[in-house]
Amino acid sequence: MQHKLQVEAIQHGSVIDHIPVQQGVKIIRFFNLTQTDEKITIGLNLATHTGQQKDLIKVENTFISDEQANQLALFAPRATINQIKNFKVVHKFQVQLPDSFIGVLACPNSNCISHHEPVDTRFYVKKKSTLKLKCHYCEKTFDHSFFRELD
Amino acid sequence: MNNPLYQKNIISISDLSREELELILTTAQSLKHNPQPELLKDKIIASCFFEASTRTRLSFATAVQRLGGTVIGFDNAGNTSLAQKGETLADSVKIIASYADAFFMRHPQEGAARLAAEFTNIPVINGGDGSNQHPTQTLLDLFTIYETQNRLDNLNIAFVGDLKYGRTVHSLAQALSLFNCNFYFISPEALAMPDYILEELNEKGINYSVHASIEEVVDSLDVLYMTRVQKERFDETEYQHIKSAFLLNADMLENVRENLKVLHPLPRVDEININVDSTPYAYYFQQAQNGIYARQALLALLLTNHFQDQA
Ligand SMILES: [Zn+2]
Repeated sequence: MQHKLQVEAIQHGSVIDHIPVQQGVKIIRFFNLTQTDEKITIGLNLATHTGQQKDLIKVENTFISDEQANQLALFAPRATINQIKNFKVVHKFQVQLPDSFIGVLACPNSNCISHHEPVDTRFYVKKKSTLKLKCHYCEKTFDHSFFRELD
Repeated sequence: MNNPLYQKNIISISDLSREELELILTTAQSLKHNPQPELLKDKIIASCFFEASTRTRLSFATAVQRLGGTVIGFDNAGNTSLAQKGETLADSVKIIASYADAFFMRHPQEGAARLAAEFTNIPVINGGDGSNQHPTQTLLDLFTIYETQNRLDNLNIAFVGDLKYGRTVHSLAQALSLFNCNFYFISPEALAMPDYILEELNEKGINYSVHASIEEVVDSLDVLYMTRVQKERFDETEYQHIKSAFLLNADMLENVRENLKVLHPLPRVDEININVDSTPYAYYFQQAQNGIYARQALLALLLTNHFQDQA
C-alpha cells in the first residue's frame, strides 16, 4: 500500500523502474525526456520493498522501444520498462547493454572530429565486464566513467 | 573476378582483412614491375591536406600521376578559404568530392576520414587523421617487408624507439598481427608500447617480448623497424643512455641474418647512424619510394573493378 502511494498510477505510457539513485535526473537530461508535452513524473530516492532506494520515471502516452530503453543501460543497467495501457502493464522488460550507443554521449577525446560536425556520436561496447566504449570516429576506447552528455 | 576493394574506403588498417592486405601488396608489386601509365587517364583525384605533410602529399601526387590520373586539391587548408569561412568538414567534402573520382585526405583531427566517407559516395583514402591512423604508411611498410622477405608470416620483427606515441608502430603491429610474427619491443620504459595494443596482441595469441636494447635481439631478426625517440622527452644523462641502447650503428650489425632489413618511416634524426646507410641491411630509402607503389595499388584497386585481370 505504501508503495502505491509514492507515485500515482498512469493510464497510458511507460514507467522506467529500478533506476539507481542519483541516476534519474541524469537520464532525464541525457535522453532529452523533457522535450515533450506529455506529463512526466519523476520519483527520486523511493524505497524499494527490499529497503533500498531507487529512482523512477513515468512518461505518459509514450512507449519506449527496446532499442531506446537499452541506451539507458549506461546509467541504469538493471532498469525495467513497464508499458502500460488502460492502467494495466502490457509489456515488461529489463534493459540490456546494447552493442552501441548512438547520439547521446560526447566523445571524451577533445580532438575527435565528432565534436563540431553534423553527425551523431557513436560508441561501440567493447568490454562488457568493465564497460568500455570505442568511438566510431576517433577509434579511441574509454572507460564508461569518462563520458558526459552531449551539450 | 570482382575486386573486393572496388569503390571501398581506406580509413583504418584494422578495417582490412588478411586477404585484402595481400591483394594490395601483390598489386603494389605488380605495379612496381609493370607500370600502368594510362590506368587512371580519365580520373580526377582530390588530394586535400587540411594540415600540411609534404612527404605524404608528394608521394600521393606522384602515385596518381604515374597512373595517368589528374590531381586537384590543396596543400594546407589553413591557406584556403575553407578554413577562413568556417565551413564544416562534412560540407567541404560533399562539394569537393562531387568534382572527383576519389578523395585522399589528411586532417589534424582524429576520425576526420571516417566522417568524410559518410558524406560522399566516392572512395575516401585516409592520409592521416590526427594521432589515429595512417593506413597508407602501414601499407607501404607491409609492402616493403613483403618485398624484402617474400612473405609476412613467421617473421621476427623488432620495433625500436618511441612505441608509446608512434601511431606508425601501433598500426603496423596491428596489421602484422593477422600474420603469425614474433614481435620484440625495444624502448625506454617511459615510451613502452601501450597496454591496449598489448591486450589486442594477447587476444590474438601473438608472441611478443620486451627488451632493453637492440643488441639483445638483433642477431635473430628479419626486420628491424626503427623510430625516432624525441630528445626533448629526456634530460641529457638519460638521453646518453638511450643513445647507446636505442640508436643503431653499423658495428651492431656484424652478426645479423643475411636477410635482415632495417626500416624507418623517416625522417630520421640520429637514431640510425649514417654508417648504416652503406650496409646491405639499410632499406629505409627504398621503403619511402615504395610508398608510391602502395598508394598506386590502392588507387588501382579502388577505381578499377578488374585491375588484377589486366595486370
Ligand atoms: Zn571520438
